[in-house]
Amino acid sequence: MSYGETEAVCGIDLEVMPGEVFAFLGPNGAGKTTTVEILEGYRKRTGGEVSVLGEDPERAGRGWRERIGIVLQGGSLDPYLTVRESLGLYAGYFRAPRPVDEVIALVGLEGKADERARRLSGGQQRRLDVGMALIGDPELLFLDEPTTGFDPSARRQAWDVIAGLRDLGKTVFLTTHYMDEAQRLADRVTIIAAGEIVARGTPENLGDRGDGATTIRYRAGGREVSVETTTPVQTLHELTGEALARGEQLEDLEVTRPSLEDVYLELTTAADTAPAEVAE
Amino acid sequence: MTGVALVAHQFRYDQKAFWRNPASVFFTVMFPVVLMLIFGSVFGDKSVNVDGGVEATTYYVPAIITLSVISATMQSLAMSLVIAREDGRLKRSRGTPMPPWVFIAGRIGNSIVVALMMLILLAAIGRLLYSVPIPWERVPALLVTLAVGAASFCCLGIALTAAIPSQDAAAPIVNALLLPLYFLSGIFIPDDELSDGVIQFANHFPVRDFFEAFLHAYVPATHGAAIDWGNLAVVAIWGVAGLLLAIRFFRWTPRSG
Repeated sequence: MSYGETEAVCGIDLEVMPGEVFAFLGPNGAGKTTTVEILEGYRKRTGGEVSVLGEDPERAGRGWRERIGIVLQGGSLDPYLTVRESLGLYAGYFRAPRPVDEVIALVGLEGKADERARRLSGGQQRRLDVGMALIGDPELLFLDEPTTGFDPSARRQAWDVIAGLRDLGKTVFLTTHYMDEAQRLADRVTIIAAGEIVARGTPENLGDRGDGATTIRYRAGGREVSVETTTPVQTLHELTGEALARGEQLEDLEVTRPSLEDVYLELTTAADTAPAEVAE
Repeated sequence: MTGVALVAHQFRYDQKAFWRNPASVFFTVMFPVVLMLIFGSVFGDKSVNVDGGVEATTYYVPAIITLSVISATMQSLAMSLVIAREDGRLKRSRGTPMPPWVFIAGRIGNSIVVALMMLILLAAIGRLLYSVPIPWERVPALLVTLAVGAASFCCLGIALTAAIPSQDAAAPIVNALLLPLYFLSGIFIPDDELSDGVIQFANHFPVRDFFEAFLHAYVPATHGAAIDWGNLAVVAIWGVAGLLLAIRFFRWTPRSG
């Protein structure tokens, strides 16, 4: 899969199950959008096999487009049409659209139905974007960085809408560069960096990667102590036992597992600094 | 929906968006009206030495109609399509089951309807304020001229989008092309004030041919047939060239990013 001179992504192997929220996570420029555009049928690939809903996106026709919904990176709304009109316009493109009012409720824009898109907040515009992708009642939704540039409350609102999609039984392919977004929304996460996949798993078991070490921190006699261990129960038992025997306190005792954020940063930084194997 | 119903559906929403956009209403509707009022007031008592001499107001009605048709088609389409392309609306619409041509057809329909409205509006202003007679018996000729010109300048507008890299560049590029041609083609400055060299130069471009066709269809003193097939043929050839360029070079995805 490449365009121009360099291969943007290579050797990517993905499988998304029906009904799951799949997060494709990586830093900017990692090749997320290239990949998702190949899956959406916008971009031709130079190699490899792709099957989306049983068809090759490069050759898929109208029938296939009836079954997918796309939210592009960055807004793509007509500023002068209202929420209801924007959805009505897109409803006309599909054979069996969902009712417009139902979609307005799904994305929580009931109070803004007759507001023009340009007067909506960023978060509301994004929800309208999602609504326009939902109007054809697709089986599969592509969401490309749906919350980039949002303030925390707008992100929260967008997340609620995306979390609701799973309850509708939709399959969601989500790209993001926010770890917490993947963690919060996804059933499975695949991490890409510099055009290659560096990790995959559920949000829970991705945390087992890295060096797997647990860190124990405390202060004793005014000194900061930090112990890394792969057997935290035993190490903690020894430390507290000794402290009790000496009649001391372990002040600010803290036991931490590497967070998903740590794992993510470790994986993506390593891939960025590793010798690039991207040129063809 | 069938193709035709889908175009009508798209057209209905394009109309709403068009009339709510202050920029499109100003440049496409208000600007030609203001020009008509200015030229009518400033040159109202003069006459123009074309086709045996006509009053300046009689000259300016078809002149400003020509401008307004080009503005509603080429200018308006080029600008609105570049804006829709750059903000991702064109790309997004291609991700739906709607055939791409429907989107373009809706926009062309929008342009042609606005052009027709401008013809009616400017003819009415000319009649009411400056007593320029409306050539009722030549209405078929006017409509044929409008149809050929509007269709051709729509194609040229769509082709022009390929040369416009960004939203910000749309207005400067379109105006840099059209404003000089309006001057050189006799739309702002009457024919008899322009040197032969200027007119010969302007004859290389379709604005001049379209204007001449409209002038012949509109002004009662003109000679020969009301439908100026010669000039219309030149306009149509430009239109076909624009269509071919548009088919070859039109893009749906943003240039930037």
